[in-house]
Amino acid sequence: MSLERKDIISAKQFSREELEYILNWAIKIENDKGNYAKSMQGTIMATLFYEPSTRTRLSFESAMHRLGGTVIGFSSSSVSSVKKGETLADTIRTVAHYSDLIVLRHNNDGAATFAARCTEIPVINAGSGSGEHPTQSLLDLLTIQQECGKIDGLNIGLIGDLKFGRTVHSLTYLLANYDINLFLISPHSLKMQNRVMDYIQGKGNVKIKETTNFIEALPKLDVIYMTRIQKERFPDPEEYESVKDTFKFEKEYLDLLKPNAKIMHPLPRVNEISSQVDDSPHAIYFKQTYYGLMMRKAIIGLVMGVFK
Amino acid sequence: MSELTLRIEKIKQGTVIDHIEPGKAIRVLNILGLDGQDGRLITVAINVQSKKLGGKKDIIKVESVFLDNEQLNQISLISPKCSISYIKNFKVSKKFILNIPDKFIGLFPCTNENCISNAEREPVMSEFMVISEKPVKLRCAYCSRILRF
Ligand SMILES: [Zn+2]
Repeated sequence: MSLERKDIISAKQFSREELEYILNWAIKIENDKGNYAKSMQGTIMATLFYEPSTRTRLSFESAMHRLGGTVIGFSSSSVSSVKKGETLADTIRTVAHYSDLIVLRHNNDGAATFAARCTEIPVINAGSGSGEHPTQSLLDLLTIQQECGKIDGLNIGLIGDLKFGRTVHSLTYLLANYDINLFLISPHSLKMQNRVMDYIQGKGNVKIKETTNFIEALPKLDVIYMTRIQKERFPDPEEYESVKDTFKFEKEYLDLLKPNAKIMHPLPRVNEISSQVDDSPHAIYFKQTYYGLMMRKAIIGLVMGVFK
Repeated sequence: MSELTLRIEKIKQGTVIDHIEPGKAIRVLNILGLDGQDGRLITVAINVQSKKLGGKKDIIKVESVFLDNEQLNQISLISPKCSISYIKNFKVSKKFILNIPDKFIGLFPCTNENCISNAEREPVMSEFMVISEKPVKLRCAYCSRILRF
């Protein structure tokens, strides 16, 4: 198996075998950091961020530096070429001569697919419009595997805005490759979209349970993946008021959890998890960023064909 | 066709589109840009009984018009599997069942305004993959938006 020269565009592009291959590489590099500290020497990565996302950009850049490579790029569309109206296509064709791989964050849906068609060098999607953000879900998957010791057989709960949340969509596409019980826990108006449900059902591995009752589901879960519920997603403000606290993780809920249950969140968190939960051994949302670095190191080296 | 040809004028050359899904003939005429103003002979039958389909169908017969690929692709979206016959010298010179292509490129824009294929000045054409023929469903190659017809 090889990901050399491949683009990383969508969580839907991966087979179970590829996912295991990527996860194994992430762990292998982490366990032998010293040996990989110079593996990207002489390689330049371009981070083209048309909309700011400091956390994602720093994670990619740190990953590249830790592998001995260098980074060029911009962190918002206020840079002169973009301001002057240069097309994405022209920017990609130009930057492809300055760098060996491109990490792209863009405000248009499908921008990463288009960028990948404009160049021979690998393109990694770091978020396109309201569409996918595949490296976020890959790091979530790595977090689950490392913190729970496995993925198959787990009861995984996705909680909050399952309709619009792009991280839960991408994560669901990845989890569809595993034999898990997936609890979809959300207010009625923010239920998981049909196209995502169709994808899971098409893969046929996952048992799905949909519910609006968060507290009732909690004691069953091995993974509690919280997401933010945004007021502007509700057509009716009253409905938001009625559910906003229902899908918030309070300190007293810790007593309901399985002993080894893990609480995750794609961050930034606003108020959907009480800060009093942060010190609990169940809370692993800050540790996810550590796994993010591991995952992005693996992805960079794999698409560059250095890890094989 | 036979019971109909008795009643309508034969064309010397032109196109017969048969087995159009019932009620869709007007939309097909729109695709072909035919409104009857140019004086050419057009015969349209809507909701006629079809033995083959076991129900109703529409038929269009039009003089001196042959279809290009773009028109065929557009018709395949609203009525896949209709049959096209080209007439030359009162005889059928070519007959085929219209199949929907695997892909539609540049034919119409994505309905997602934020899709990169709608971005101004980007050198990009819309592109859709056919993911279902009945009903017709297309998926944008860029933003994955699903279009239904
Ligand atoms: Zn689109």
